[in-house]
Formats: sequence, structure tokens, C-alpha cells
Amino acid sequence: MILRLAFGSLLARALTVGMTILAIALSVTLFMGVEKVRTGARASFADTISGTDLIVGARSGSVQLLLYSVFRIGNATNNVSWQSYQDIAARPEVDWIVPISLGDSHRQFRVMGTTPEFFDRYQYRGGRALDFASGHGLSDLYDAVIGADVAATLGYRVGDPIVVSHGIASFTQHEDQPFRVAGIIAKTGTPVDRTVIVGLNAIEAIHVDWQSGAMTRNTTPVEAIREMDLTPTAITAALVGTKSRLQIFGLQRWVNEYAEEPLLAVMPGVALQELWQIVGVAESALIAVSGMVVVTALLGMTAMIFASLNERRREMAIWRAMGASPVTILSMLVLEAMLMAAIGACLGIVLLYGGLALARPYIDAAFGLWLPIEPPTTQEALVLFGVVVAAAVASLLPALRAYRLSLADGMVVRI
Amino acid sequence: MLLLGESGSGKSTLLSLICGIITARSGTVAVAGHDLGPLRAGQRDRFRAEQIGVIFQQFNLLPYASVADNIALPLRFAPSRRKRAGDIPATTTTLCRDLGLPEDAPHLKAGQLSVGQQQRVAVARALIGHPPLIVADEPTSALDAATQESFLKLMFNQARQSHASVLMVSHDARLATHFDRVIDLSDIVTTQRSAA
Repeated sequence: MILRLAFGSLLARALTVGMTILAIALSVTLFMGVEKVRTGARASFADTISGTDLIVGARSGSVQLLLYSVFRIGNATNNVSWQSYQDIAARPEVDWIVPISLGDSHRQFRVMGTTPEFFDRYQYRGGRALDFASGHGLSDLYDAVIGADVAATLGYRVGDPIVVSHGIASFTQHEDQPFRVAGIIAKTGTPVDRTVIVGLNAIEAIHVDWQSGAMTRNTTPVEAIREMDLTPTAITAALVGTKSRLQIFGLQRWVNEYAEEPLLAVMPGVALQELWQIVGVAESALIAVSGMVVVTALLGMTAMIFASLNERRREMAIWRAMGASPVTILSMLVLEAMLMAAIGACLGIVLLYGGLALARPYIDAAFGLWLPIEPPTTQEALVLFGVVVAAAVASLLPALRAYRLSLADGMVVRI
Repeated sequence: MLLLGESGSGKSTLLSLICGIITARSGTVAVAGHDLGPLRAGQRDRFRAEQIGVIFQQFNLLPYASVADNIALPLRFAPSRRKRAGDIPATTTTLCRDLGLPEDAPHLKAGQLSVGQQQRVAVARALIGHPPLIVADEPTSALDAATQESFLKLMFNQARQSHASVLMVSHDARLATHFDRVIDLSDIVTTQRSAA
């Protein structure tokens, strides 16, 4: 009966109570939403590359190697010679190896030279392979495969010509050797979306007439280039898969101790972890801010209960006259606060999942961030429990005041 | 019994003493043969719930609760009174009918009733479970003269059936004709002052 009367009392003050519950609900939605995005982002981030055991590049830092080879951010300090690449490829532990050559760009997007094997070996989101939205892989020397963002931003379709610029943010174009869009990769949510992929030999081909970063006078005809040996002298990095996971460490040590050239091999998972520790500071700030929003909502509720006390002194006098002790009055107010918090928190979850269901396709398309809709985890259940408990604690302040008021007033209200 | 007294004469304080909300600094307060002095606060609350039906001047009811819930409210704190009340919904219906409330009254929200009807619900609440004492603090002051008359008649009828004593305070000496005993508080206070 007490619970029913508490509900009735809340209903009777529907407007103020409703606003308070809404504030709690929105704060819980925000908090849990941030939590979802955070875990989703972390998972997406860790899912950028999978199936690759080692990334090999010129010696620098592991985060830097990861940044330029996988995220196409920044530049390599040095190249890996073709000789070294072949030495690594010849190691018995190596199951497959895919070379990557970076350095050129198309508009704001990086151009990556690689072998057709890249499309079979590059995996993301826990073993998903690249899919073609349209067209096919690299077959001709001047074929280019573009990521979903490249196609969407520049409006390219299969068959369109592409001219690659020399270097990054440069005005020199490889105009003499235009590429043709052969295929468009479906959205992955990884840096592949923002990459123009061409053959490793094509990178070599467009630089035939270039010497030390500048174009020479003579122009070799395309027909002649096609006849040339286009094996590169150096690459930027290589993705390596081993035959057995147990061999990863051995191969890594071998690469790191390679005498002919200073090289670095990193495990993508470890490097991603390191990188996330840098990026992760922002997520902590975000979660702290949304936590403060929850606290603010609960403070608002406390203020609302305080404000209601005066107009409810009459009601408390009735309870007292009927034999309720001041402790009963106190616990009724705490119960009321817990009810509001519980309803608010549940409403918050409904809002969160409703919003998630609506916004998920959009978020995936726009940010490549896949937010899974799963039943609330135990951690989230703990958050809800925490909100209700925090509400009970916060309501103790006005409840204690009500306790004192009802002791002083008794059955008579002196206002 | 009617307690007559001007405002400020200590009527409400006396009621609070009798109901065990406050304790006497000297002397003893006994209700229905029980001395309230040695009881702890919680016991006094329980005692009030079990033994005393309270009717206020006005605003007796929780406006958001149904009439039935309002009437059953004291039983929540008084287990033996609840036992005496028997089948609560049936008793509630009987009480409402006897007090001339509409048929569907128990299901209405208390706030929907007129002031006169609310006062009668308060009587039903005071009577449920047959407490030996009904304490009424100027229950008629919010009613007009004609309603006052019928309200008092109803209250006395029901109290008689329930074998309850009615202790009512008022400043209105005209009500004295309805009561077996009338005590004017000013007499007592004057007596004590002269004695001191």
C-alpha cells in the first residue's frame, strides 16, 4: 500500500516529477551512450586490422609504424629495401607477405601500392575480408581500387580515370599515366575507406621518369613502360602472416636484429593497444563529464524534493496522525527518490536502445563505427543500480529535513 | 465530550499530548487506561494508530489516494486494529454507505470529493477498526451550519455503534448541546493559575 501511495503521490505531482525523471533518464542515456560509443570505438579501433601477425617497416617507433602503415597518418622515416623484403619473405616462418608502398596521393587521399594478395590478406573486424561494392581487383597495370569514402567524396564510379599526384599535398601530377577505377571496396570503417590502392609495379611505373623526387625531361611512352621490369627497389612496409602463432616472436626478433638494414617488426594488436593508450585519455574525460551530468540530474531531484517539502507538511501531518513514525516519513521520501531514479534509469535505457536502433545505420555509414545492440551488460546493470543507490543517498538530505519537520510539527502544521 | 477553548488556549497542544505526539514535562497522560509517559516514541506512534481515530479541521485526506486507501491508512500502522476491522473493503463500503457517501466513493480520489464529503471520509477513517477514542479537532469549522448539524449526528451515531468516545475541541460554544460533557479550557487554566 505504501508503494501504491508513493506512486499516487508522484503521479499527483506529474509535471515536476516528470521533468525530474526526464532529466535523470537523459543523463543515464548520455552516460550509457558514451559508454557504448567508447567500447564501440575501442572495438572498432582494435578491429582496424586483424589476421596480420606482424607489420614490418624501417626502424622507428611502433606507434609511428602503425600510424603510417595502417592508418596512413604521417610518413615513413625510411624505406625497406627490396632485398630485405625478399630476405624476410624467404624466412621459413613466413606464410604470406604483402608489400605496401606509400608516398603518393590523389586529392586528399593517400595512394597505396601493393600486390593483389592484399585483398585476400587484409582483414578487419575480427577476420572480415574486404568486399567489392562494385568492379573487381587489380588486373591491369593502371588499375586502381578505391575505398568507399574516396568514391563517395569524389563521386567516382568504376571506369573513371584517376590521376595520381606525386607526394602528398603536391601540385605535380603523374598526368602522363592516368589510372582507371577498376573496383570500389565496400565500407569497412577502416583507413582502407580513404585509400586509393594501385599495384606495387604501378607505383614503380609512374616514377620511371623521376629521379630524386623531380621529373626528368624525357617521357617514356606507356608502351615502353609496360615492357619494363617494374620490380621496386624499395617499399614502405610489409604485412606478414606466419605459419603458426608461436613463430611470431621468433620472426619478430629476427627482423629486429636484421643486420643489413635497421628494421622494425611490430604486432598490430600490441601497437594498437599502445596507440589507444594515447587516444584513450579523451575517452576518460568523456566518461567523467557524462558522469557529472548524472550527478547533476540527481542534485536536481534532491532540490525538487526539498522544494516539495513545505507544501507537503500537511500530508506529513496526516501520516503522523495515522500513526506513522518520523522514520516512516523519512523512508517514504527515500523510497520516492529511488522510484524516480529507477523509472528514470529504465526510461534512459529505453531511450538509449531506441536511439541506438535508429541511429546505428547512420553512425556505421558516417563514422564506420558499429555499435552492437546487446542486452545491458553487468557493468551497465551496475550503473543503473548505482544511480538508484545514489538517488537514495542524495534524498537523505531532504528526507532528514522532513524527519525533523515532522517531529516538530506533529499533527499540527505551523506555517 | 466537548473541549471548549479560544484559539491559543492550548487545545491543539492538549490533543498532541493525548495522541502521544509530544510528552508531558510534568504530570501524566493516560488514554483508555494506558499511561503514555513510559512509552517510547515508536510505541506512542503505534498506540495512537491502534487506539485513536483522528479527525482534523480540514485537509484530512491524502488527495492523490483513493477514498478506500485513505480510510484504510491507519490500519497500515496498527495490526490489531486491522484484525478488528475484518474484511477491509467490505467494512469500507459499509462505513461509506452509513455516512451517506455516494456508492462509488471508495474508488474516487479523495481530492475529487466536496469538503463535507471529505470530512465524512475522515470520520470513516477514524472509526475503522473500532478504536476506543475519536479525537476531533474542530471538524465542523469548515462546514456551514446546516451541514454541521447533520455531520455531528452522523459522527455520534457511528461512534455509538462503534462504542467509541468522542473527544472534540472547538471554540464554538453553541455545539455544547450535542455533548454529554463540556469542559471549558479557560476554566481549567484559570484554576491552575490561581492555584499557583
